[in-house]
Amino acid sequence: MEANTDARPWRDIVHNGLWKQNAGVVQLLGLCPVLAVSTSVVNGVSLGLATTLVTTVSGAAVATFRHTIPNEIRNPVFIMLIAALVTCVDLAMNAWMHSLYLVLGIFIPLITTNCIVMARAEAYASRNTVPEAALDGLMMGLGLTGVLGILGGMRELIGRGTLFSGAELVLGDIGHALVLHVVPPAFNYQFLLALLPPGAFFGLALLIAGKNYLDARARKRASLPAATDNETVSA
Amino acid sequence: MHAPYIARPSTVSVIMLKVLLALLPAIAVSVWFYGIALLVQLSLASATALLAEAAMLRLRGVPVAPFLKDGSALLTAWLLALSMPALGAWWLIVVATLFAIVVGKQLYGGLGNNPFNPAMVGFAVAMVSFPAQMAHWGMPHGPLDSAAQLAWIFSRELPAGLSLDAISMATPLDYLKTQLLLGGSDIASLKQAPMFGHIAGVGSEWVALAYLGGGLFLLQQRVISYQAPLAMLAGLTALAVPLWLWQPAHYVDPLFHLVAGATLLAAFFIVTDPVSGPTSARGKLIFGFGVGLLIYVIRVFGGYPDAAAFAVLLMNIAVPLIDQLTRPPAFGKRKRTKKAGQHA
Repeated sequence: MEANTDARPWRDIVHNGLWKQNAGVVQLLGLCPVLAVSTSVVNGVSLGLATTLVTTVSGAAVATFRHTIPNEIRNPVFIMLIAALVTCVDLAMNAWMHSLYLVLGIFIPLITTNCIVMARAEAYASRNTVPEAALDGLMMGLGLTGVLGILGGMRELIGRGTLFSGAELVLGDIGHALVLHVVPPAFNYQFLLALLPPGAFFGLALLIAGKNYLDARARKRASLPAATDNETVSA
Repeated sequence: MHAPYIARPSTVSVIMLKVLLALLPAIAVSVWFYGIALLVQLSLASATALLAEAAMLRLRGVPVAPFLKDGSALLTAWLLALSMPALGAWWLIVVATLFAIVVGKQLYGGLGNNPFNPAMVGFAVAMVSFPAQMAHWGMPHGPLDSAAQLAWIFSRELPAGLSLDAISMATPLDYLKTQLLLGGSDIASLKQAPMFGHIAGVGSEWVALAYLGGGLFLLQQRVISYQAPLAMLAGLTALAVPLWLWQPAHYVDPLFHLVAGATLLAAFFIVTDPVSGPTSARGKLIFGFGVGLLIYVIRVFGGYPDAAAFAVLLMNIAVPLIDQLTRPPAFGKRKRTKKAGQHA
């Protein structure tokens, strides 16, 4: 019984991060990387996971020090914490995934200024316990990663007719086998608009519309059961 | 005329029908010069537009038949087909039309709600996505007969012995742009090239003249008002004249700009769009003038050979602002002065 009541806030954190308060399509925070890097699944997911790492650890760090950080200068302190973490991620990617590091370029250091990291530090981690803040950071990051992955997939598929291109940047030579040519390369297919910035805006708009549609349908279903129950009773 | 007469309000479909009618001379002239390829493009665009419109209306849960019959989708399709290269591949016009109707028009809420001119949205998408395909313009009385044109559009197959260069050529605007960029000779000698006619492009200048005729018919029928076209041509001239007087060897004459490319099509059929353009007379003047200026700036200093689509889209963005700033005072109210405005 006690475990059940305890599980509730945890489930809320997961639901908020992945769906209800999704960073990419609901809060619309961190649009800069969402729009700029989502040209392929691999790019999107890679940057999403890097961001997730930062949001998780920074959430935990901010929550740990939340009682010792003076309220008046909390934001500079958060930024320093986040920047230190991003520097670690930046150096690690440079060392172990150098080709991917070159592709993502400036957007890795820019994770520091990504609104979603700062927003979660300020709005959640600075007033909750360490495990909650860490889980919140993880889920917010994964939610963003999901959006980046789907948007990257849409743009890659429509723009170049491939999926998972560039997987070799992450996985090494095995990655070449993963690349899916949905349109055979012989066709020389390219739809530039999807790869250019407008494609990102159109794609994100469609994703937001899609999420709103699913929510509206879910609400409709939730309001229906009472009526259907009555029907089954009368039948 | 003496009052009282009962006015019969013109419906959307009557207006659209008149605009389509006004396009017929230009279509006839184009077909005379460039062959049946344009008719193929027109049918492809029309079929795609009507299908896409019907599908989107159904999805939106709006009655399909009345909206389909208003002819606005057909007009978008025709304008698009007329502004794209007639020898373009079949999928090019289909993709552009789909984008124009689905994204440019219906996703914004259908006729009357689209902030951007749908035909120009489709054109810009094609231009940005497939720049190479969009550069294949046919030549007047070119070497392809009707059957060969069909084969080229649908399967990209050319008769033996003909290359892509033999059937297509650069437009005068394109040619001038690349030659001047290469640091080529002066305008006068560049104009000796085979694609130049009396004023602008050989062949295409007659099509432009037909647009002018169609536009005057629309003016006479009061389907369009004179402000936007006049202001657009004025805006274009306002930049073209001083630069031409300054360096006639480097900046082509204003008359060329007025006739070349999509100028006259845009002036009478695009900037006059009642949906994506401003409503007040003064607003139309500002809107048209802006389009004219932008066409010149993009043509001469920008990266694309012609600019009507981009100029119109850019000014479409400004339309809500223009509308707000040029709202005429309500009847009986005095025009707001600056002082009164501050108090209000």
